[in-house]
Amino acid sequence: MTAAPAGQGGGAPVLEAAGLSVELDLPAGRLHAVRDVDLAVGRGETLCIVGESGCGKTMTALGIMGLLPRRARARARQLVLEGTDLMAIGASERAALRGNRMAMIFQDPMTALNPVYTVGNQIEEIYLRHGKGSRKAARERALYLLDKVGITAAASRLGQYPHQLSGGLRQRVMIAMALMCDPVLIIADEPTTALDVTIQAQILRLLADLQAELQTALILITHDLGVVARIADRVIVMYAGEVVETGTADQIFASPLHPYTQGLLDCIPVPGRTAPGSRLGAIPGMVPSLIGALDGCQFRNRCPHAFDACATGAVAFSRIDATRGRRCLLPQAPRSAEQAPQPASAP
Amino acid sequence: MTALDHLTRPGAGDALLEVEAPAPRTVMRRRALQHVGFLTGGAIVLGVLLVAIFAPLLTAYDPFAQDLTRRLVPPVWSAKGSWAHILGTDGLGRDYLTRLIYGARISLTVGFGAAAIAGLIGTTLGLVGGYFGGRVDAAVMYLVNVKLALPGVLVALSLISMLGGSVAVVVTVLGFLFWDRFVVVTRSVTQQVRANEYVAAAEAVGASRLRIIVGEILPNVLNHIIVIASLEMAVAILVEAALSFLGLGIRPPTPSWGLMISEGRNFMFFQPYLVAIPGVAIFLLVIAINMLGDGIRDITAPEGRN
Amino acid sequence: MIRFLIHRATIAVLVALTVSIIGFSLLRLSGDLASALAGDSAKPEQIAATAHLYGLDRPLYVQYLDWAYRALHGDLGTSLFTNEPVARLIGERLGVTVQLSFMSLVFALAISIPLGVLAATRPNSWLDRTALGIAVFGQAIPSFWFGLILIIVFGVMLRLLPISGSDTFAHFIMPTVTLGVSVMPAFMRLTRTGMLDALDSDYVRMARAKGLSTASVLFKHALRNAILPVVSLTAVSLGFLLGGSVIVESVFALNGIGFLAFQSIIRTDFPVVQSIIVFVAVLYIVLTLVADLVNAWLDPRIRLG
Repeated sequence: MTAAPAGQGGGAPVLEAAGLSVELDLPAGRLHAVRDVDLAVGRGETLCIVGESGCGKTMTALGIMGLLPRRARARARQLVLEGTDLMAIGASERAALRGNRMAMIFQDPMTALNPVYTVGNQIEEIYLRHGKGSRKAARERALYLLDKVGITAAASRLGQYPHQLSGGLRQRVMIAMALMCDPVLIIADEPTTALDVTIQAQILRLLADLQAELQTALILITHDLGVVARIADRVIVMYAGEVVETGTADQIFASPLHPYTQGLLDCIPVPGRTAPGSRLGAIPGMVPSLIGALDGCQFRNRCPHAFDACATGAVAFSRIDATRGRRCLLPQAPRSAEQAPQPASAP
Repeated sequence: MTALDHLTRPGAGDALLEVEAPAPRTVMRRRALQHVGFLTGGAIVLGVLLVAIFAPLLTAYDPFAQDLTRRLVPPVWSAKGSWAHILGTDGLGRDYLTRLIYGARISLTVGFGAAAIAGLIGTTLGLVGGYFGGRVDAAVMYLVNVKLALPGVLVALSLISMLGGSVAVVVTVLGFLFWDRFVVVTRSVTQQVRANEYVAAAEAVGASRLRIIVGEILPNVLNHIIVIASLEMAVAILVEAALSFLGLGIRPPTPSWGLMISEGRNFMFFQPYLVAIPGVAIFLLVIAINMLGDGIRDITAPEGRN
Repeated sequence: MIRFLIHRATIAVLVALTVSIIGFSLLRLSGDLASALAGDSAKPEQIAATAHLYGLDRPLYVQYLDWAYRALHGDLGTSLFTNEPVARLIGERLGVTVQLSFMSLVFALAISIPLGVLAATRPNSWLDRTALGIAVFGQAIPSFWFGLILIIVFGVMLRLLPISGSDTFAHFIMPTVTLGVSVMPAFMRLTRTGMLDALDSDYVRMARAKGLSTASVLFKHALRNAILPVVSLTAVSLGFLLGGSVIVESVFALNGIGFLAFQSIIRTDFPVVQSIIVFVAVLYIVLTLVADLVNAWLDPRIRLG
């Protein structure tokens, strides 16, 4: 079942994924990096995927883009971009869509840019590769976009090399690159994590503005709830490869339905809500190994509300309405960890 | 970047030196017993070593004893061969198998000796340069550059021609030829380890420099040294063979494999086995040593491999 | 970049100076050169006369300065064996060695680079194992022995190629293969490792994310980065080959400077040996400097600072 978009664009979702799973065959066993993920995002809408390191959010993105490492395999009941079934087409058709209809922005702009070519070369090659026009047209488009993302002296920047630009500038270049062929979907993987805090806000603002203007669908991956609060329309919370909660940004912050989400929120001090001098929450324990057979809820070892049934059988995702859902056996929404009963002994 | 990406990374390859604490003993032992290259290479090297040590027990012949009535007897598998001389005899009637076995002593001695001397020089220089940095390091790198610029084989040939071709001279000359790789690796590792905080902690406590170098840095460097030593041992064996082949290495009648090839060259067209057999021996020993060295590297620091 | 150049050049000059001193003193290690030159049965006066004749009775540093001064003006002394100027002897034979070195490098690169790239794109395939197998083989086989085997097979049994001398192009084929096989392993491994690193990098993933073609990803993005250390190694290898070809030249009786050095060592023709050692060393230093330059120029991070 898909969490249907309720975004401003309306109409059919740009990207629709159902039952997306990614597995890697390692010497130690089969790693279930992503399990049965449903998501959808519509025009002009920002969907945030939130979770800690290793929860599978990047693998989900790579799976959608078709950029998984060699040893990984992706399966999906459905993976459709603008009506094209991504699972049914071949590698070269997939490549024709990348950078063209769907684009990705990576976390670290320093390493994502090839150090031996100029910025201009790397921007224009996307345009040329997808046959959008001549060299001259590519250059003009590059200048236009660099200006649009707020880079001054764009012409001279084109002739510079990546190492000559600052971090914030490089990330703007990455955004411009993503927009070269006017894609309908942009996936941004932690676009602000590698940047200074002051620059982070600027970049997020830029993304939000661009999206509002171009009505691009945006999937933004992050571990930072602050980013989510700023920019998300809808949110997917992932843990250990699974979607554990979905909802609009307001809903997630105001009334989290899953103990993990609640735990994440408890970790953040909120002006006005968190009493001065009180202890910030922390989620004890570690993410479990995702190798081999998995049963029960993967969060139970760290959950203050876990009980016996959490250990056996798969925990299904229960959809509450079009945008809301969670994967939990608790009868009602969890309270904050401070008010929770003593942690039950997890089997 | 998620933690999962690390699991799918093919690895950084040889160019990068990952310096982490040496793997615990039990882990290493398990890896060692499963590593084909290590076991095969190790078995062959061990075999050659045992053959060299127990040479007199394995063959009744004297490697120097000539028998001019039995010159150029072909090996046992050819038409005129006999089991009396399994690998035949050479131009002076000496039993070839015997000379091959005693030749192993030469190869192993030269290889091991040269690697040891080179290792000593190179490791010391690398530790000193890497630890002290600054001018000391510049001096060390300057020495390395000088050494690299000198054409090693030509210098070795000149020195041996002047000083004579005893095993001791050859070992020493070669030892002074190959220490540069030790320096580069040791220095790099020392710099990395030194940047670690536990070294700063030791210094803060007032531990003497020597103690820090030997106690903290050396154990981390040891794995890399062993791997390089095996590589250089193989190279030393090859170079000694080449020098002896040219007549400017081990002196006759000592049975160096390279010398045997040179002596067999005159008869090469009709008795190719004289040239083929020692060459195969060199080839196999060197491959085995390389496999052993690669295996040791895989076992002690597999994260750096594909 | 200029500062980088000056720094490297200064070090290069210092090293060259040191090397010339070492090369010069090397041959005076064997004890009394004068008596060696005068002969076994020479009387003390004859030895003294010989010493004076060759200027060996002067202090060492004077001898060195004299030699260095002359060397810088192109006078490398006279061969004791043929009485010809050493510079002329080297000049006559340098061409052969340079030709052999170049051909060997080209041969090695022509095989190593494509093989290394292919091996990296299909790790653990039979292609990869073959490439690594070739590297292992080339590293372990004694080059002089390999040369002899080639002579036996192609020169004698099949009678396809000439087995000694340096007159025609065909004379260079077997020596090229022999020398090429010995340098191939390093290039192969370096290319393969460099490509594996590059293919694993973020910028290659970015290139794929842009939808670029496989050829573009491989060659425009990955190889361009992976090739940097290979270019360096090529220049350095050239220097190494020029000095290290003595073995192959001797096996195939090629008239190059390596063979000349070998013959001169046996004949104790010390002016020739000394000059060749220093000449080769200086050449190596120059080539290493060129390698640094090329590397710095190819990598914009160094070129533009």
